[in-house]
Amino acid sequence: MTDPTKDPTAGVTADATTDTSTEETADAGRGAAAPAPAGPSRRSLLGWGGAGLALGAAAAGGTAAALRTGSDASPAALSGDAVPFHGAHQAGIATAVQDRLHFAAFDVTTSDRDALVKVLREWTAAAARMTAGHEVGEGATGGLDELPPDDTGEALGLKPSRLTLTFGVGPGLFEKDGKDRFGLRDRRPKALVDLPVFPGDNLDAARSGGDLCVQACADDPQVAVHAIRNLARIGMGKVAIRWSQLGFGKTSSTTPDAQTPRNMMGFKDGTRNIAGTDAAALDKHVWVGEKDGPAWMTGGSYVVARRIRMHIETWDRTSLKEQEDIFGRDKAEGAPVGKTRERDEPSLKAMLPDAHVRLAHPDSNNGATILRRGYSFTDGTDGLGRLDAGLFFLAYQRDVRDAFIPLQSRLARNDALNEYIQHVGSAVFAVPPGVRDEDDWWGKALFA
Amino acid sequence: MRVLRSSAVAAVAAATALTAVSGCAEKSDTKGSDAVRVKATDDKCEVSTASFPAGHVKIAVENKGSKVTEVYVYAPGDRIVTERENIGPGTKAEITATIKAGSYEIACKPGMKGDGIRQKITVTGEGAAPKNNPELDKAVAEYRKYVQAQADETIPAAEKFAEAVKKGDLDEAKKLYAPSRVGWERTEPVAESFGDIDPKVDVREDGLEKDQKWTGWHKLEKSLWDEKKIDEDDKKLADQLMTDLKDWQKRVGTAEITPTSMANGAKELLDEVATGKVTGEEERYSHTDLVDFQANVEGARKSYELLKPVASKNDAALTKELDKQFTELGKLLGEHREGDGFKAYDSVGKDDRKKLSDAVNALAEPLSKLAGAVVK
Repeated sequence: MTDPTKDPTAGVTADATTDTSTEETADAGRGAAAPAPAGPSRRSLLGWGGAGLALGAAAAGGTAAALRTGSDASPAALSGDAVPFHGAHQAGIATAVQDRLHFAAFDVTTSDRDALVKVLREWTAAAARMTAGHEVGEGATGGLDELPPDDTGEALGLKPSRLTLTFGVGPGLFEKDGKDRFGLRDRRPKALVDLPVFPGDNLDAARSGGDLCVQACADDPQVAVHAIRNLARIGMGKVAIRWSQLGFGKTSSTTPDAQTPRNMMGFKDGTRNIAGTDAAALDKHVWVGEKDGPAWMTGGSYVVARRIRMHIETWDRTSLKEQEDIFGRDKAEGAPVGKTRERDEPSLKAMLPDAHVRLAHPDSNNGATILRRGYSFTDGTDGLGRLDAGLFFLAYQRDVRDAFIPLQSRLARNDALNEYIQHVGSAVFAVPPGVRDEDDWWGKALFA
Repeated sequence: MRVLRSSAVAAVAAATALTAVSGCAEKSDTKGSDAVRVKATDDKCEVSTASFPAGHVKIAVENKGSKVTEVYVYAPGDRIVTERENIGPGTKAEITATIKAGSYEIACKPGMKGDGIRQKITVTGEGAAPKNNPELDKAVAEYRKYVQAQADETIPAAEKFAEAVKKGDLDEAKKLYAPSRVGWERTEPVAESFGDIDPKVDVREDGLEKDQKWTGWHKLEKSLWDEKKIDEDDKKLADQLMTDLKDWQKRVGTAEITPTSMANGAKELLDEVATGKVTGEEERYSHTDLVDFQANVEGARKSYELLKPVASKNDAALTKELDKQFTELGKLLGEHREGDGFKAYDSVGKDDRKKLSDAVNALAEPLSKLAGAVVK
C-alpha cells in the first residue's frame, strides 16, 4: 500500500519512475490493492472504545468477539480483523456489535432499472473489498495523474476493523407516488409495511424514509465513514444520500458474556437482547423463514431505524429514584426491580405499570422479540444550548407487524420514558439474505 | 469566485511562466540580421525563415500594405505567445519574445480582423514540445475563440450596468447586474488563471484578505440590494470594474489552455456551482444565483462538447453518461426559469435545492473523469 504521507503528486504513471515497489505497481495494474499491513496500526490502538469490554470478555473466557484468526487468538475487536462478507445472512445483524456506526438512507434518483442494478453490483463489489480492508476500484493512489482516484483514501493503512455493510430496501423502491418504478411492485414483502404514526412522533421528513439503506458498523469510525462515503460516490447520479447518522457507543449488546453497554441516559441497555450466537432465537425472531415469503427474502430480516432524541438536560435533573422507576431497573447494576443482579429474571409486576422495561418485555407483548442494535448519537448542539443527543435505535425482526409495531404502539401510549424522549426520524427496510458468493450481489434475487 | 485558486488552468499557467523564465537559456543579443523578418501586405504574410532556434527571438515586422495590420505568434490551440497591434501602413515594428521549442504559426491580420494570414514555423531546440493531436488542438482553438467571445460580449453588458450605477439608477442597475456576469461565469476557470483579476472583480466579502479593498461586482451587489443605495464610492467602483474587465478581455487570449485544463475547467465550473451557487452564498444579496448557475453549466458544457469527439472515442460510456446528466441538469434548471431569467434563489425551497445539489453531483462525478478520457 502506498504511503499516504508521500507526496501525493507522485502517482504511478506509465513513464514515470516512482518510489513504489514493483509489487505495488503490479497490483495497481491489476486493480487490486495490497492488503492492510499486519500488526496493530496506530489508529486502531486509539480507535476502539470497546477495548475494555472485549478485554473483560476475553478474561472471562467469553466470546465477546467470536471472530478469530488461526494465528491470532486475541479478540477480533483488538486485532482489527475482517468479518466475512459472504454468507447465508448479511453480516452486521447477528455479528457482535461493533463500536461505531454510520447509517445511510438513499433515494433512488434514476428511473432506469439497469442503471440501478449496475449500482447495486458495483456496491456489492466495493463492499466485499472494503470489508476485507482493501481499497475500492483501482485504489486511492497510483492511477492516472489526470484522474481523481477511485478510492477516497482515508482508510489507507487502517485495518478492516470488523467493518460490516448491511443493505436494505425501503417501501419507496417498490412504489413511489403510486408508481411502480422498477417493475417490483408485486414483489414487495407483506411484512414491509409503512410504519403507522405513533403518538408523540415528531418526525422530520429529511431524517426519515429512504428507498435503500446501508448500515456500516466498524470498530473504527473512520472505516465506517469511509465505507459510506465511497458507496455514495459510486452511486452518484443514480442514488443520492437522503440522510445519514453517525453513532458511537453501541447501546445494545448481542454478546451476553460481555459487559452490557450503557445508553446516553446512563442505563445499561440490551441486557435481554438476542445473542448473536443463539441460532434458535435468531431463527425464531430475526431471520425470515422459508414459509414467510417472499422467496427472495428467505434468510433476510426487517430493520426499523428510529432517531430518538433524548431530552438529556431534563433527564439529568431527574432524581435517581424516578430514573430507576422509569426504567424498572437500578442504575448501578442494571438489576430489575426487587432483584440484585443484572441478569436476574425480571418480575414485571414489581415494576410500575408505566415502567419502560415492563412495557417492552416480550411477556407484555405476546412474546414479540426484536434484536436491538442501536447506537448513541450526539450531533453537536441544537442552537438552544442543548445537546442534540439520543439513541439511534436499530431493531431487526422477522416481521415488523408482529414485533416493532405492536411494541412501539404500546410504548408510545404508556411509557414513562416518553417525557424524556422524542422520535424525530423513522425508516423501515427489508434486508435481503446474505450475498452467497462472488457472483451474487445485493438485491440479485429481488431483481431476478 | 473561488476562495482557493488551485485550478489546473492556473497550475499550468504557472508552470508555463516558470519555463518561460528558466526553461531556455538566454542567448546573447541577436543581431539585426538574426531577427526573423515578417513582410506584411494586404494579402500576404512573408516570413523570412520557417525555422529558428528556441530562446529569445526578435521579429522585425514591416507593413508594406495599405491597411493597418497586427502580427501574432500562436502556439498550438491558438494560444497567443506574443503579438503587436496597430502596425500602420508603411511602418515597422519589432516584437521580442522568449519562445520554447515546438510548432507555431505567425499570423498577419490586415485590417486587424479575422484569423489572419498564417505561416507555420518551427522553433528548434531542446525539450521539443510533445506531439500534438490535431483534433485536440482544434478543440483548444475553438474553446479559445469561445472564451474570447465571452469576454468581448461581457464588456458592453458590463458597460450598461456600470452606466446605471454611475447614474445612480438603483432599479436599472439591479436589472443589469446578473446579465453582466454571464460571460465571466461561463469561463471563470480561465479568468481565474490570471491570479490578479478574479480578486478584483469577483471577490465576496468573506474572501477578502486583510487590508484588501473590496472592489468588483459583489461590493456593488451589496450596495444595490443590501444597503439599497449607490454612493460616490460605488460609482468609482463601477469604473474600476470596467477597467479590470477590459484588462481581462485583453489578456484572456494569452491564457494557457490545454485539453486537460479544459476538462478540469469544466469540472471546476461544476465545483463552483456545488460550493457557491447551490448554497446561495455567491449572490447572497441579489439571490441571482441561478443565473450564475446556468452560466457555469453552459461554460462546462461548451468545454465538454469540444472535447467530446476525442473523449467519446476513448470512453463512449462516459460521454453517454455526461450527455444524459447535462440534459437532466438542464431540465431541472429549466423548472426554475422566470420571465427571461430565473427565480430568485431565496424562493427556492430546501427540497428543490437538494434536487439541484444531487443533479450537480450526478454530473460532476462523471465529469471528473473527462480529463482522463481526453489524455488516454
